[in-house]
Amino acid sequence: MSDVMLKVEDLNASYGAVSVLRGVSLRVPTGQVSVVLGANGAGKTTTLRAICNMCNTSGTIELDGEDIQKTATAEIVRRGVGHVPQGRGTFPELSVMDNLLVGAYTRKDNEVRDDIGRWFEIFPRLEERRTQLAGSLSGGEQQMLAVARALMCRPKLLLLDEPSLGLAPLIIEDLFERFAALNKETGLTMLVVEQNANLALEMADYGYVIESGEISLEGPAEQLKNDPAVQEAYLGA
Amino acid sequence: MELLAAGSKWSSLPDFIFNGLSLGAIYAVVAVALVVIFKATTLINFAQGELAMLGAFFVYVLNIEQGLWLWLSIVLAMAITAGLGALVERTLTRPFDPADHLPVVLITLGLFLIINAVAGDIWNYQVRRVNDPFGKFPGWVPFWGGDRFIEVFDSRLRYQTIGIWITVIGMLIGLSLLLNKTRAGLAFRAVSSNVESARLVGVHTGRTLGFGWALASAMGTLGAALVAPTLGGVNPNMMATILIYALAGAALGGLDSIGGAVLGGVLVGIIQSVFVSWLGVVVLEQHYMSILQLATAFLVILIVLMFRPSGLFGTRKIERV
Repeated sequence: MSDVMLKVEDLNASYGAVSVLRGVSLRVPTGQVSVVLGANGAGKTTTLRAICNMCNTSGTIELDGEDIQKTATAEIVRRGVGHVPQGRGTFPELSVMDNLLVGAYTRKDNEVRDDIGRWFEIFPRLEERRTQLAGSLSGGEQQMLAVARALMCRPKLLLLDEPSLGLAPLIIEDLFERFAALNKETGLTMLVVEQNANLALEMADYGYVIESGEISLEGPAEQLKNDPAVQEAYLGA
Repeated sequence: MELLAAGSKWSSLPDFIFNGLSLGAIYAVVAVALVVIFKATTLINFAQGELAMLGAFFVYVLNIEQGLWLWLSIVLAMAITAGLGALVERTLTRPFDPADHLPVVLITLGLFLIINAVAGDIWNYQVRRVNDPFGKFPGWVPFWGGDRFIEVFDSRLRYQTIGIWITVIGMLIGLSLLLNKTRAGLAFRAVSSNVESARLVGVHTGRTLGFGWALASAMGTLGAALVAPTLGGVNPNMMATILIYALAGAALGGLDSIGGAVLGGVLVGIIQSVFVSWLGVVVLEQHYMSILQLATAFLVILIVLMFRPSGLFGTRKIERV
């Protein structure tokens, strides 16, 4: 495995004629957590969508040393990218169990059931609700399900799109603790985009600030936490 | 005399119920085919009936003209129309933005007219006789072997009705197993539920939609092949009104519910046969009612849309945000 799991260079992204990202460059070292902070409409979600080829892009996107800029979304998933989209991204009409099974859609090994058992241990609420339709879960449970679903494809890179959105503060804290534990215990590489800078910087190694589609600031998480501009804009200091 | 007449009116009721069940089974098959495509794409495929009509003509060509065994002809015709359905999805619908429904719906309407005209050009509009897979009970069936019907309440429950129902139930069980127990079925349900997330778990959504179209087209062909003998044979216009009734059935049951489509299709068959033909024409002797049969389909759609837009079993969005 290469030292850099994800390398994005000079990335431009657009939806039709609307250009959203201009010359974004970032890298996520293998085994680390990077975070992209930004306000609504700054281009956070588009950054993740661009990585998965879900909008028009130009520039370089390399996953584990391989160019994926023109690769189809479904194929990028096969290469090891788990993506938890904004607003959960579960399958509301499918049961919790089916959500997890479809998460393993790309896998051909016979350890799928073992993995489901493992995520049930980490997210016991999901096991209690295994036969329930995903759409009937609470917001926090759906977010857990979306993460577990993304982990079912055994990704080497996990993309999390505002996991805190719409959740109660206690649930958010709990969720971020689980993310941190996942990273520590399994060495899973993550790229998180967030508005909730406090918690995100707490678990991240490195951070970027995106404004109007451009990276305006970057640095180690510790440094960003103490940056007056970041504090003012995102930490409410 | 008065009593006797009333008695004979009543005694004809089972006939109309059986007829309604037989019509309803066909509407149910076509309604399920419509629902399968609707679930995946949230659009109505108006060419569904014409693809099925084409399938019925393939059965005619293979069975009557080429002399193949009838059931083999039906299976082959289902396979051919499945391929055609997937081809239509790939070439005519996939290039369009799936979020914009109007162009694709117009394309399926155009396809309706094109297939109808092409079939008319090849086979002309005369009704061509076909073989009935359920003409007489097979010889090995005890009591009724070789008969065309069973007597129930002095009415004829025809082998055709029973056979159609057995086939339809078999098809529904097969469909349910396919959707709930196979990988392709799981992918199909995932795409139906959330296209974007389906892509994000590695499902090739285009291929999966093609699979849905193929499935729906094959089911439509089965329905058309079953209904053709009851219509006296195949002709290019055979599915046009059936599609309308099936649409009413699908709307009644809930456009995204397969079980609802079955029940809705049967209910429309019963409404048409029992309430319009029997109650309206036979009992109340309102002969103009027979001309208004198609209006019942329209009325059903209208009432459903007014009072319960999601149908009897359709999901109103259950998502919690």
